[in-house]
Amino acid sequence: MNTKIQTYLAKQTSAVPLVVFRMLFGIMMLFSIVRFWANGWIEKLYLEPTFHFSFYGFEWVKPLGNYTYLLFAICGLAALSVALGFKYRLAIITFFLTFTYIEFMDKTTYLNHYYFISILSFLMIFLPAHVSFSVDSYLKKVSYSKVPNWTIDSIKLLLGLVYFYAGLAKINSDWLFKAMPLKIWLPSKYDLPFIGENLMQQEWFHYAMSWSGMFYDLAIPFLLLYKRTRLFAFIIVIFFHVFTRILFPIGMFPFIMIISTLIFFDANFHQKIINFVAGIWKVLRQEMSLAIQAPIKVVDRYQVQNKRVLMPVLFMFFMIQMLLPFRYFAYPGELFWTEEGYRFSWRVMLMEKMGYTTFTIKNKETGAMFVVDNSDFLTDFQEKQMSFQPDFILEYAHFLGDHFAAQGHEYIQVFAESYVALNGRLSQPYIDFTVDLYKEHESFQHKTWVLPFNDVIKGL
Amino acid sequence: MFKKITSVFILVLSIVACSSSDDATSGSGSSADGFNRQSMLINWADTIIIPVYQDLNSQLAGLVTAKNTFNAEPNQVNLDAFRASWLNAYKVWQYAEMFDIGQAETINYYSQMNIYPASVIEIENNIASGTYDLSHPNNQDAVGFPALDYMLYGVGASSDMDILAIYTTNANADKYRNHVSDLVEQMKTLTQSVLTNWTSVYRDQFVGSTANTATSSTNKLTNDFIFYYEKGLRANKIGIPAGVFSTNPLPTKTEAFYRGDVSKELALTALDAVQDFFNGKAYKSNATGASFKQYLQYLNTVKNGEDLDVIINNQINVARTNIQGLNANFTEQITSNNAQMTDAYNELQKVVVLIKLDMVQSMNIRVDYVDADGD
Repeated sequence: MNTKIQTYLAKQTSAVPLVVFRMLFGIMMLFSIVRFWANGWIEKLYLEPTFHFSFYGFEWVKPLGNYTYLLFAICGLAALSVALGFKYRLAIITFFLTFTYIEFMDKTTYLNHYYFISILSFLMIFLPAHVSFSVDSYLKKVSYSKVPNWTIDSIKLLLGLVYFYAGLAKINSDWLFKAMPLKIWLPSKYDLPFIGENLMQQEWFHYAMSWSGMFYDLAIPFLLLYKRTRLFAFIIVIFFHVFTRILFPIGMFPFIMIISTLIFFDANFHQKIINFVAGIWKVLRQEMSLAIQAPIKVVDRYQVQNKRVLMPVLFMFFMIQMLLPFRYFAYPGELFWTEEGYRFSWRVMLMEKMGYTTFTIKNKETGAMFVVDNSDFLTDFQEKQMSFQPDFILEYAHFLGDHFAAQGHEYIQVFAESYVALNGRLSQPYIDFTVDLYKEHESFQHKTWVLPFNDVIKGL
Repeated sequence: MFKKITSVFILVLSIVACSSSDDATSGSGSSADGFNRQSMLINWADTIIIPVYQDLNSQLAGLVTAKNTFNAEPNQVNLDAFRASWLNAYKVWQYAEMFDIGQAETINYYSQMNIYPASVIEIENNIASGTYDLSHPNNQDAVGFPALDYMLYGVGASSDMDILAIYTTNANADKYRNHVSDLVEQMKTLTQSVLTNWTSVYRDQFVGSTANTATSSTNKLTNDFIFYYEKGLRANKIGIPAGVFSTNPLPTKTEAFYRGDVSKELALTALDAVQDFFNGKAYKSNATGASFKQYLQYLNTVKNGEDLDVIINNQINVARTNIQGLNANFTEQITSNNAQMTDAYNELQKVVVLIKLDMVQSMNIRVDYVDADGD
């Protein structure tokens, strides 16, 4: 067994797929940052709100005022630098840190695909994606044609995990036997040309999409792994992501997934991309009549340094990735309802959940109370996200308590009146109105003041 | 292999590029099996919105006449006629306030018609100076129905004699007559422009915008409807004066405060307007057409859910019964027994949950939250 692992780890393969992945990843990230900036979302999401929702333990991560733009600029430059393979290690570390910082500034904007970018860039810190066809390689005058096979496999594994876990999450009675939430989402796409008024309204179609979505997620990693099914799988990947892109406002995610799955193709395919880019570069160089560069020494094998540290780190990383989505087993109650263990688990487009939550500030001594107008403190988007997620509700309750305490109110108690509707069920009371949330504190413990979900969703 | 993949890829890019850019196109409204969204827009426009504006416009024409008669001869009879005309128009206004769309939205129609409580200081300043821009945002609480409420019931100490004296023997009587005239004319002008816009161009634009985007007619008007119910009706008419949002009750913040005894009538009229709109009931007629109610019924057949339309109507009826039990004068109700007032508020509040949460979720309306990615 041990020797098998040793042999596997020693196995070498062409570096080209990894190098192409690095370039495409960098370009897409640069484009994402530019798009985010150009849409005015930095201003809208990070500078306009007066209050920001933090992840537990990361309350110190906040937008930096106008320096937030600088943060995005650094992140974008780091992405460019990754694409070029210029000071790669520094660039990818910078990218990982700035991107993750951005995502942690306000959890209102949490998206699974941002999380995916964060952990993927973390993984890439440890991969030799710059050993050829990069500025680093050009400057050092040395290029490696082969890298350890596991470096490419690790990316495949991470992608496979994302798909597979997303598929597992779809194995639940709402998704499969009620076709929820697609039964809500698809009919509202009546304005799509050709299919909006007929296909999107059909119940069988909602079920067909639910079931095929689950099978797609579970099967696609394996279909991509085997050479015989690979092209077919890739076409399905494209179809699936294009379809979801048309249906839902999911931004860059489809492109990122489509391009990422190219890593499954063999080296010949990637070599052609390299040749194509190299061809352009050659023409350009001739046009600009640049001096012929000194020849680059080509070395066959790239040996990874510091294996003793690296291997345990990567092992731990993947163990966490595999276990984290199952942490919800540690909590009582329905996961979709309490959302304890919901994030960071590839539960993507899985439920239609909305809430309506208002807060009452009460003076414990006099009994005087009043209701807060949420729009005084939150943007519409923040209020929407806050209204159905207990950790948001608690954090905001504390913010309100502190705010009114600072205004001179005394003996403050904060109560939340909250209603939540999940996957087409009628709205139900969500938070125990008799619990003073100002006295409750955030933790990884079960939140006892979330009222029980009066229904059952079976499955994973 | 490379060529195959590349060509597939380029094809996809072009599909995605096209699909994401045509957000604004409107889908066809008709369909054989589904719910006909355009028929809902047509029903709203032709049997509710435009008839309401037509009635409001003619009520305001009557108000202009009554005002002219009064200004020509400020006596008790003409004052009573002026007041009656004001109340009639005010009741029709309760049907119109929720349609903050099109020209009404552009010119901030609602904020120039019914922001209360009126600011006595600003009104008196305007009268004293004689020069003012009534459409200026600073004058929002010095114009419209609340300003007339003050002019007809609040100027002068207590009796009608005192009020008539303001328009006759007072040193500034001219200025008062001019001002009350300007206020009425402004309301008429604004309403006329909103109505004309609807009948000339906006109606077709409105019914043609059937897509499910943040700016399409259904989505905007649904947002308006909910916003009006939550703010204009629930909060302004009941919640704020009852002190729900403040440490103490604010009995002077009722609608038609100076007149006093009509705040309940206005609130009930507004609730009728909301319920009629929800049910697609034609204005001043018993005919019903495509509506939120029918849409929810259709969606329920898709998802086999509970009869949300019935639940909503029932809860509105409960709220109505509660309001009917209140004093005709909310100010008096609040000072005598505010608990009853907050009870009524609580029943109204339950409707907010039903329409803002359950109804919006069923319809999967794209509410105009920030335009950001989801996943």
